[in-house]
Amino acid sequence: MTATAPTRRTPSAAERAEGWKAPGQDAGWLNPLKERFLLRLLVKKELRVRYRGSVLGMVWSYVKPAVQFLVFYIAMGVFLELNKGTPAYAVYLFSGIVVVNLFGEVFGNATRSITGNGALVAKIYIPSQLFPWASMMVALVHFLPQLLVLVVGAVLNGWLPSPTAAVAFLLGMLILLVFTMGLGMLTAALNAAFRDVENFVDLIVMVATWLSPVLYRIDMVQKSLDGTIWWWLYQLNPLTIVVQLFHVAFWRYSKPVVDELATDHPFAYTLAQPGEPYGLWWAGLLIAVAVFVVGTIVFERSKRRFAQEL
Amino acid sequence: MTPNIADVPTSAAVPTDREMVRVEHVSKRFSLRHDRSLKELVFSALQRKKLADTFMALDDVDLTVHAGETVGLIGFNGSGKSTLLKTISGVLFPDAGRVMLRGRVAGLIEVGAGFHPDLSGRENVFLNGAILGMSREQLEERFDDIVAFSEIEEFIDTEVKYYSSGMFLRLAFSVAVHTDPDIFLVDEILSVGDEPFQKKCLERIRELQAAGRTMVVVSHELEMLQKLCTRIVVLRKGKIIFDGDPTEAVAVLRAS
Repeated sequence: MTATAPTRRTPSAAERAEGWKAPGQDAGWLNPLKERFLLRLLVKKELRVRYRGSVLGMVWSYVKPAVQFLVFYIAMGVFLELNKGTPAYAVYLFSGIVVVNLFGEVFGNATRSITGNGALVAKIYIPSQLFPWASMMVALVHFLPQLLVLVVGAVLNGWLPSPTAAVAFLLGMLILLVFTMGLGMLTAALNAAFRDVENFVDLIVMVATWLSPVLYRIDMVQKSLDGTIWWWLYQLNPLTIVVQLFHVAFWRYSKPVVDELATDHPFAYTLAQPGEPYGLWWAGLLIAVAVFVVGTIVFERSKRRFAQEL
Repeated sequence: MTPNIADVPTSAAVPTDREMVRVEHVSKRFSLRHDRSLKELVFSALQRKKLADTFMALDDVDLTVHAGETVGLIGFNGSGKSTLLKTISGVLFPDAGRVMLRGRVAGLIEVGAGFHPDLSGRENVFLNGAILGMSREQLEERFDDIVAFSEIEEFIDTEVKYYSSGMFLRLAFSVAVHTDPDIFLVDEILSVGDEPFQKKCLERIRELQAAGRTMVVVSHELEMLQKLCTRIVVLRKGKIIFDGDPTEAVAVLRAS
């Protein structure tokens, strides 16, 4: 480094007017929108590679949640008798499971997206945002069949689509994806420097099922934590907010729940979700956007070092 | 494989005055981190072990490339040739100084770096073309040319993992030379495939030169570069020690 080194790192306005640009200068977090063709090909590649040499292929994305559902249903619903206090417990359970599954897959895949594509990142210039985004889209492809099963299950349980359900579902998806992508970009950038991060992420995903009202009902948490700061933290967990939105979308207004609420059963009122119908959606969205902004900034700052760290 | 020197065409490049690449006072320091995990980092910190060794891969490098030029980068291993090429392509960012470009760049840093063995040849052509910056329309339009150039028509729908290494490299090179950038960055890829194919590649390079493309080429094939380039830059330990006439450059490198 010499004293004559210019302080400018990017072309000045006059130089830009002459057509100069810096290599690797791209649209930042907007890249996935600008490079849709490349993004689609990366998603296709990911799906193809995932199911190479597999006989069942995409069927696995049905089998895994189905087994998971059965295990939880038997353990929590039958053995712990949550089945009795909660009408349509199967639907309640599954609408939470799909949320946590989507969270886990987006978060886990995005974290590994830079290190997993190391060969590309280190040798050819590609806008690196495309990798976490591609893993999110792969996760969405796997989410679709689960959603389909959920809808069929809900209909069989006397659920009918309604505007409230649609709004709750869309809000939930929005909060979940923005929040998880923010986290995923953050951990993807950190994972390029320290591979410990991916193990830490696995840990979070494992705990996530239990830190939101997926298996049990939120009034049980309130009973034991009410009045403490933990209750607020629990409620402000974006996953809790999304899981509740999904409950509102697929379970809360189905016939068995509505019927139960109308009875004078002493605990029937606990079936109503706090702050119905959309609860703390604004807090969830705010937190999600904040996390997304932080994730994007960290990712943008560290992407220049990806190639040499891998 | 070393190309037969008799096959190397003389340069068809026509240098002009328009600047296409400007490398200004670029320095790049690499740190070789010994430890990869947090645990190891904490332990080395406790033992006051040095966390990383650093060395200057590029040290205050200045280089300007004009449109139509074919510039060769030569030097011994570790002299910073590939680092310079990667810095120009945007894969690496300089620690100090800056790089500016005019026009679209394709970095052929390593043939087939973007190829995935589990995808078919066809899928790989599309994926790699897109990675190198081609749009869908361009790819659809040039697909037949790409396949014809690679001469592996009958295997195009076979997964790439079943290809012989020669077939693989031919397809990869074919995709690379059919991207149509203003600036080509080429790293040691002219030694691809058998002799007839090499001849064809060099022919293609000559065509691109004649079409006024700018090229920066890294290679250890000194004789080939001498014929192909209009100018050669010699690097040693991250510094430019010579920049000018190809024959002289090769002599400088051999003397050092």
